Amino acid sequence: MESLGHFNYWLAIVIIMIGFYGVIARRNLLKQVIALGLFQTGVFLFYVTMGVYRSPDGTRGVAPIWTDAAKTGPFDNPLPHVLMLTAIVVSVSTLAVAVAIIVNIQRKYGTIEEDEILEADKRDS
Amino acid sequence: MELVLPEAIHAHLPVLVVLLPLFGGLLALFTGLIQRGGGFVAWLWSAIITGLILVCAASMLFEVHTTGEAMVYRLGSWPEQYGIGYSVDALNGYVILVVAIIGFLSTIYAKDSVMAEIARDRHHLFYSVWLLAIAGLIGITVTADTFNIYVLLEISSLTVYTLVALGGDRDRRALVASLKYLILGSIGATFILLGIGYLLMLTGTLNMNDMHEQLVRMHQSGELANNRTVFVSFALLMVGLSLKMALFPLHLWLPNAYTYAPSAVTALVAATATKVGVYMTFRFVFTIYGGVYDSSADLYFLGLCACAGVVISSMAAIRQMNVKKVLAYSSVGQIAYIVLGFSLANESGVTASVIHIFNHALIKGGMFMAVGAVALRAGGTKIEDFKGIGRKMPLTMAAFTVGGCGLIGVPLTAGFISKWYLVVGAMDEGYWGIAFIVLLGGVLALVYIWRLVEIIWFGKPDDPTKQVREAPLSMLIPMWILIGASVAFGVDAGWTADSAHAAAELLLEGGP
Repeated sequence: MESLGHFNYWLAIVIIMIGFYGVIARRNLLKQVIALGLFQTGVFLFYVTMGVYRSPDGTRGVAPIWTDAAKTGPFDNPLPHVLMLTAIVVSVSTLAVAVAIIVNIQRKYGTIEEDEILEADKRDS
Repeated sequence: MELVLPEAIHAHLPVLVVLLPLFGGLLALFTGLIQRGGGFVAWLWSAIITGLILVCAASMLFEVHTTGEAMVYRLGSWPEQYGIGYSVDALNGYVILVVAIIGFLSTIYAKDSVMAEIARDRHHLFYSVWLLAIAGLIGITVTADTFNIYVLLEISSLTVYTLVALGGDRDRRALVASLKYLILGSIGATFILLGIGYLLMLTGTLNMNDMHEQLVRMHQSGELANNRTVFVSFALLMVGLSLKMALFPLHLWLPNAYTYAPSAVTALVAATATKVGVYMTFRFVFTIYGGVYDSSADLYFLGLCACAGVVISSMAAIRQMNVKKVLAYSSVGQIAYIVLGFSLANESGVTASVIHIFNHALIKGGMFMAVGAVALRAGGTKIEDFKGIGRKMPLTMAAFTVGGCGLIGVPLTAGFISKWYLVVGAMDEGYWGIAFIVLLGGVLALVYIWRLVEIIWFGKPDDPTKQVREAPLSMLIPMWILIGASVAFGVDAGWTADSAHAAAELLLEGGP
């Protein structure tokens, strides 16, 4: 049961690893970048899971909003959530820069397949 | 060196060095509104901003050395456990000064180089991104908050990817190199983020000193014995940081990114970006995990990678047909020296690392500037473009040659000082093999530098009628300041050695 209790963490690691595999295995630049996005998303899930509070007797924390429940009972740690807001912004900007570069590669090479790009470079030199 | 700033500015210096380039970079965009000469205004603006940063950085290091205490700045006056704290001590004051010096000089240098290599209508964008990159690099070094490190790391990385991709106007391979850098860099940064996450789980805080205190407390109460979280966080951080500082064998993004980037960008990035990565590694290994987590086995492994890196990347440098690529592979080797130094985890070794951060920044910055001048005047950086160019651009090529001597580690150059400390550090631990590797690395550097020097001074140009002039003054002056400083600090290493020593002592307080 111990390992089932960590279900979310398992899921986060699985997503991270699927993304990581995609970055390495795919030869299409856009697919690599999509996989990179997945890779980062797994980390967000990891952080958000980390914030969840569960007391030893099993009561769950409530959302960290200024409500009656949160004033009296336990609440989830808002810090990791806030960090992930920033990290999502970072991830989106990374993808934006990546896609902008890929658009330029498509313009200059006429392809976004890594093998064809390598071949074109070999022809040049 | 007496720098007295008004009290009101003085207290805010740690945050000013980040805010100046951050807002300066945003404001630089508006120079695009100027119809004619907008590029020049953008350059002038960047030069003023980076000059101010240099004054701030020098004044901070001066203050830290005179008082012997860290300067602490709390953003929004929040206590450090909740808010973001910036702090400057003997170590990061030194690294900030390195970034500020290189930032200022390469901005001066960039004027003619950017004029020639970047399309006219993009100059304001170039300088805007340029200043943001400097903001990110300085931010990483000044902050004491681990998550802030991640954010600023991404700011500096994203801007550097963009700057590298701007080389695509001249050579389309820059685009592919930039995307490769982006993918590997993002993987590295995400690993760092995961590592910080595990640390946050363990300690419940993001502030470095607070983290360290929590870890020490847990260590003393025995909670850390066989704790897998601390092990996993350390491993994730090391992989991410090694990618960021291009430690062999995770250096694959570096050679192409440096080669195809615009010349000014290469000079800035080669001299600062990987150094800042090394600085982060110092912070994590010594300031956070120091005395808590026994990292000797991991450091031993890093040392092995570094030894392999010194030899293999120097051999790769010998085979390259593009001078920029020779220097890029040499950078991988030099980073390996720095890692080798701190993996020894003794005083001489860490001093060698810290001092080599400064020395290598001077030497490599100066050499890439010289290569950029050739790119401007001769139109390329291939080996053929360098044939016999010593007679046409004597001042530039003299700087290149003196810098090359520094890479080899010839006595009376700064490179010699670094290697001296490194060999002493290795001897202290009784590692004769490392001393041998350092000497072998010097010999290999001699081979790849001599190959270039021979072509430069004794080669016959393919096309003798080709007109090549000496580089403009705006390039020669920053280049020679860097190369001259590398010789000056090689002859009298008093100031650099003292500063590096103070930084090393600070790091080793907690033990490895």
